[in-house]
Amino acid sequence: MTAIEMKERLVGRALKRREDPKLITGHGNYLDDIKLPGMLHIALVRSPYAHAKIVSIDASKALAMPGVVAVFTGKDMLDINPMPAAWQAAGVKNYPVPPRALAVDKVALVGDPVAMVVAEDRYIARDAADAVEVEYEPLPAVVDARKAVEPGAPQIHEAAPNNIVFEWECGNKAAADAAIASAEVVVKEEIINQRLIPTPMETRGSIARYDATTGEWTVWMTSQAPHVHRLLLTAFVFGVPETKLRCIAPNVGGGFGQKIFCYNDMAFTMWAARKLGRPVKFVEDRSENYKYSTHGRDHITEAELAGTRDGKITGLRVKTWANIGAYFSTVAAGIPTTLYGRIITGVYKIPAAYVHVTGAYTNTAMVDAYRGAGRPEASYLIERMVDRFAAEIGMDPAEVRRKNFIQPEDFPYDNGLGLLPYDSGNYEPALNKALEIAGYAEFRKQQAELRQQGRYLGIGISSYVEICGIAPSAWMGGQGWGAGLWESANVRVHLTGKVVVTTGSLPHGQGLETTFAQIVADELGVPYEDVEVQWGDTQGTPFGYGTYGSRSLAVGGVAIKRSVDKIKEKARKLAAHLLEANEADIVFENGRAYVKGSPDKGKTIGELAAAAAVAYNLPPGMEPFLDETSYYDPPNCTFPFGTHVCIVEVDPETGHVKLLRYIAVDDCGNQINPLIVEGQIHGGIAQGLAQALYEGAVYNEDGQLLTGTLMDYAVPTAAMVPHIETDHTVTPSPVNPLGVKGAGEAGTIASAQCVMNAIIDALAPFGVKHLQMPATPERIWRAIHGK
Amino acid sequence: MTTITVTVNGVRYTSEVEPRLLLVHYLREHLNLTGTHIGCDTSQCGACVVHINGVSVKSCTTLAVQCDGAEITTIEGLAHDGQLHPLQEGFWEKHGLQCGFCTPGMIMAAADLLKRNPNPTDEEIRHGLEGNLCRCTGYENIVRAVRYAAEKMAAAPAAD
Amino acid sequence: MIPAPFDYYAPTSLAEALTLLQQHGDDAKILAGGHSLLPAMKLRLASPSVLIDINRVAELRGIKVNGTVEIGAMTTWSAIEQHAALAKACPAMADAVSLIGDIQVRNRGTIGGSLAHADPAADIPAVVLAVDAQIHVEGPNGPRAIAAADFFTDMLSTALEPGEIITSITFNSHGPGESSAYAKFPHPASRYAIVGAAAYVKMENGQVTACRVAITGAGPKAERQPAVEQALIGTDGSADAVAAAAAHAGEGMEMLGDIHASEEYRRAMCKVYAKRALLKAIERAR
Repeated sequence: MTAIEMKERLVGRALKRREDPKLITGHGNYLDDIKLPGMLHIALVRSPYAHAKIVSIDASKALAMPGVVAVFTGKDMLDINPMPAAWQAAGVKNYPVPPRALAVDKVALVGDPVAMVVAEDRYIARDAADAVEVEYEPLPAVVDARKAVEPGAPQIHEAAPNNIVFEWECGNKAAADAAIASAEVVVKEEIINQRLIPTPMETRGSIARYDATTGEWTVWMTSQAPHVHRLLLTAFVFGVPETKLRCIAPNVGGGFGQKIFCYNDMAFTMWAARKLGRPVKFVEDRSENYKYSTHGRDHITEAELAGTRDGKITGLRVKTWANIGAYFSTVAAGIPTTLYGRIITGVYKIPAAYVHVTGAYTNTAMVDAYRGAGRPEASYLIERMVDRFAAEIGMDPAEVRRKNFIQPEDFPYDNGLGLLPYDSGNYEPALNKALEIAGYAEFRKQQAELRQQGRYLGIGISSYVEICGIAPSAWMGGQGWGAGLWESANVRVHLTGKVVVTTGSLPHGQGLETTFAQIVADELGVPYEDVEVQWGDTQGTPFGYGTYGSRSLAVGGVAIKRSVDKIKEKARKLAAHLLEANEADIVFENGRAYVKGSPDKGKTIGELAAAAAVAYNLPPGMEPFLDETSYYDPPNCTFPFGTHVCIVEVDPETGHVKLLRYIAVDDCGNQINPLIVEGQIHGGIAQGLAQALYEGAVYNEDGQLLTGTLMDYAVPTAAMVPHIETDHTVTPSPVNPLGVKGAGEAGTIASAQCVMNAIIDALAPFGVKHLQMPATPERIWRAIHGK
Repeated sequence: MTTITVTVNGVRYTSEVEPRLLLVHYLREHLNLTGTHIGCDTSQCGACVVHINGVSVKSCTTLAVQCDGAEITTIEGLAHDGQLHPLQEGFWEKHGLQCGFCTPGMIMAAADLLKRNPNPTDEEIRHGLEGNLCRCTGYENIVRAVRYAAEKMAAAPAAD
Repeated sequence: MIPAPFDYYAPTSLAEALTLLQQHGDDAKILAGGHSLLPAMKLRLASPSVLIDINRVAELRGIKVNGTVEIGAMTTWSAIEQHAALAKACPAMADAVSLIGDIQVRNRGTIGGSLAHADPAADIPAVVLAVDAQIHVEGPNGPRAIAAADFFTDMLSTALEPGEIITSITFNSHGPGESSAYAKFPHPASRYAIVGAAAYVKMENGQVTACRVAITGAGPKAERQPAVEQALIGTDGSADAVAAAAAHAGEGMEMLGDIHASEEYRRAMCKVYAKRALLKAIERAR
C-alpha cells in the first residue's frame, strides 16, 4: 500500500448492521432476560377504577401465601418523593402533579398501582396480588381534555384547580385575529389528533439490586436515557448522591418515546431492593403497559386558516386542548407547547399565526412524547388545513403548497413563533420529485375516469418540516426544559490501535453502533472492525441526555466527531515530534500522518497510539494516551423536511381503504448509512399511517380503557402496511460539521395526514371535507352515506 | 407438579413443572433460552413463536405439560454449526430488524411460512406473517428478508 | 399474564376423556387448541380448576372426504387449510379457515374447540350453518348428532349438554352445480369477524335451486338468513338478483355494537358481505 492510496469511505455506504448477529440468533440481552441470584419478583395490585378513594387495603391473605415475601403500599414509600416533572410549559404557571411510586389515598386512572407484592417467583406474585383486598370509594371520572377544564368537571388533584396543567400560547394573537377577520377566505375545522399507545414490542420494567455495605444501587431498566434516569432518581426521588446509583439499559426492545420517562417502577424496585436486601424485578404485562405506561397525542383543536382566493395563506389561529392524563409525566408539558405550537406553520410562510394550548388532567394514562412528539400533531394540523383551504378555493393542493412554501433564499428562516430559525431547506424539489414518482398529472386523469365507473381513488400530499437534533441547551432552558441537551462522547485509541467509543446516547433499534463506527473509522482512517462503540451503562459512558427527538446523530454523533478531531490534533503534534517536522507540515489522511511532500515518511494512527501509550518519547508537556472527551452543544436544532404522497382507493360499500401506493421523499441532510435511514423512514411511516387508519386508544366515560389489549388496539400487521417507495433529496445542515439532520421521526410526522388527505380527496365527490382519525371503515361509510 | 421430557434444539431435558407453566416461561426461565420473547398477553404479537414438532406455535399460548415428548426448536437452535439459517442471513442483509425484539418470533414464523410455501409472493409473505407484530421496520425490509431467504433456499435446497 | 393453578389431565382416548369430564363436572374445562381458553385463563377471565387436554386423543383427528366430508373435532385449522380435496368439496370452508387468526393460531386451533366455544365472532359457525353440517357429540348418554342450525343457542352458548364432547363434523360434499363461499370483514386487531357471511348455492339450468346463507360476527350468535335464501331461490343468480336477496341479510337479527363497528353499521355490512359471499359462490357454481 502506498501512502496515497485512499481508504474507501464508509460514510454514505449501506453497511449491514453490526448489532444484528446476536439479535438474529436469540442472544440479545433484554431486561426480562436478566436473572440475578436471589432475585424476587413484583406483581402490582392495580385500581379497577379510574378515579376513587382508597378506603382500605388488606394484604393478610396474600402475606399468608407460601413464597410471598412482602406486600407494600404507597404509604410505606412516603420516604421517597414523587417522580420529577422535568419539562414544564415555558413562561407560564404550571401545576405539576407527577405520580408517586404507588398511589397514596386515591387513584386517578385505571391501572394506578395501589400495592405491590414481592414474591419468590412471578407466578406466586401474581396469585398473591389477586388475593390483596382493596376497598375503594369510586369518584366521578373525566377522560376528555376539553370537558375536564369545564366548570363542574370532576376535580382530580387538589393542587391543580379545574384540572388545568398549564395555559400556554405562542405567536401573535392580534395579528392572527386581524388576518382572519379581514380574510377573503377562512376555513375552520375541529381537528382531533387521537390518543395513541406507543407499543414498543418489549414492554417496560426495572430490576434493582442494592448493596447495603456501600449504599449503592444498580438498576437495569428499559430506558432511552439511563443517565437522566440516574440523575432524576437520585437527586429528586431518593435524595441521595448521584454516585450511589448505576443505571444500565441492556438491549431495549423499541421505545418510540415511551421509555424516555422516569417511571414509578424504577423507584419502587429500588425502594424494595433496599428494604428487602434482595434484588427485585418488575416487568409489565402488555395490558399493564397499555393501562399505565405513557400514551401519545390526544389533542382536540379548533383551527382557522385564512387566505386569499388566489391561494395565499394569510393567517392561522389554533386553540388546542392537550390531554396530559392522570399525572404529569416527565416531559409532558414540553410536547404540546414548544414541540407543537412553535412549528405550527410548517413549511409555509404564514405572516400571522397564533396558538393557544390548555393542558388538562384527565382520568387516563399519562400522555407524553410518542414518536414525533408534538411535531406530528402540528404537521397533521397544518397539512389538513392547507388541503381544506385548497378544496375551498378550488385550487390544486400541490399548487397551494408551492405558492406558500418558504423559499430557499429565506433560510435561515424565523417563523415568528419563538422557534430557532429553520437551518436550511429547499421544499419544492422534494414535492416535485414525489409528485413525479407518483405520476401526479396522469393520476388526476385516471382518477376522473375511474370516478365515472364508481371507483373512488384519492391522492394525498404531505409536505413537512420538523425539529430534530433537539438542543441547544441555552435555548431549551428558556423553553422550560429543566436541564441541558448537549451530548458527550469519549474516544480512546488503545495501544493496539483499537478504538473504543463511549457515548451517552442510547441506541434501541436505530443502529447507532454501526453509524457511529462508520464515522469514526472514516475520520480516523482506521479499519471499521477496529472501532468498538459502547453505550447503555452509566458506569463507563459519559453523561448523555439520551436517544429521542431524532437527536443522536446530530448531537451525539457530532460529539464523537469532535473527540476524534481532538485525537487527530494530538496525534498530529506527536507525529511532528516523532518525524522531526513542523506540525504545520503534517498531513493526516487515511489513518496516517506524514510530512507534506514525503508520503512514504509517516506514522499510522496505530503507531501513534502506541507511542502515546508507552510514552517513551512524547513532546514536552504532552500527556500520555490518545483519549479525548467532547461535550457538544449545537448552536441550533436541525430541520429535516420532505414530501410524502399516497394513493388510496376507498370501497364505497364498506368504507375500507386500500393503500395503493406510498411514496416518501425525505431530506434528512447527509446520510451516513442509507440502509438505516431508509429503515427509519419505513418504520416511521408505518406508525403514522396506522394512526390514520387503525389505531386509537378509546376510554369509555367511566375511564375504562376499551382498547386494553392487542386484541382491541390495532397495531398493524405486515398485511396492513403497503409497500413503501422511498427517495430523497440532500440539503446538508449548516448547523453541524456532519451536515446531518435526523431521520428517526420524519416518517411518522409526514404520514398520517398524507393518508388522510388521500382519503378525503377520494371522498370529494361525496362532499366530504374532513374526517377524524382513525379513518375506520365505519367512519368513511358514514361520511359517504351521510349517516 | 408433572414430569415432562422434551427435546429442545436437539438436547433432551426432563423437568418437573406446574401444569399451568407456559411453554414460553419454561424455555426462558427453566432452560435459560431467552431468545424467545414475550410481547403480549393475548397471542397477537408472535414474539414467542417456536416450532413444536416442526410446526410454528405461540409458546405463550401453549402449556409446557402439553409438550411432553415433543421436539422443540427455538431461535437459538436455528443456525447449524455456526452457519446462519438463510432467514437469519436475510434479516441481516436486508435490515429486517431494528430493535430486534420481534425478530426471533418473526424468523421462526417465516421459517414455517417458507416450509408451507417455498416461493411466496410479497402479498403471501405479508399475509403469512400476520401473527407477528413488528413496531420498528414497517415490514418493508422483513418482506425483503423473507424473499432473500426464499431465493437462497431455492438455489440451495439443502440449506434448511 | 399467568393462569391460576389447575389440575391437568391428558387422556389418550375419548372414553377416558369422557370419564374425566364426568368426574370433574363443572370444575373442568376441555382444552382443545387452547387459543381462546388459554388467553382467557392468562387474563384470569376463566379459572377452571381442572383442564382435560384432549390433544392426545388421536381418534378425534382426521379428515375424510368422499360424498360426505367428515372432520374430526381435534383437527387443526392448518390440517383443514392444507387439505386439497376438502377445499374442492367445500370452498367456503377453505375460504374461512385461511382467514382465521394467523398460521400459528391455525396450527393449534381446532374446529371442535371453536364450535364448542361458540365465539360470536368466530368464522366457522357461519360455514357449518351454510353447509347444513351435523355436529357429532358424545357424552354420558352415548353419541348423538346435532344439526348446525340447532347448535348455537346464544352468545358463547351451544346445545352441548354437560359432560358432552364434540367428536366430529359431517356434511355433504358439493355436487355438480353446487358451491359455496365465505366473505369476511375482519376486526383490525383480533382478525375475528366483525361480519362474516357464508353462502351455499345450487345452480340448475341457470337457476338457483337451493341456497343457504349464514352470518357470523354481527350478532350474539351465528344465524341462518332465511329471508335472503327465499328471495334468491328461483332467480337466475344475477348480480341484481343477489343484491336484492342480500338486502334481507340481518333481518330479524339482534346486532352487536362496539367501538369498531356500531349496530347500524354491522347491519349494513351483513347485506354487503352476504352479497359478496353469494356472488362468489354462484360464480364458482356456474
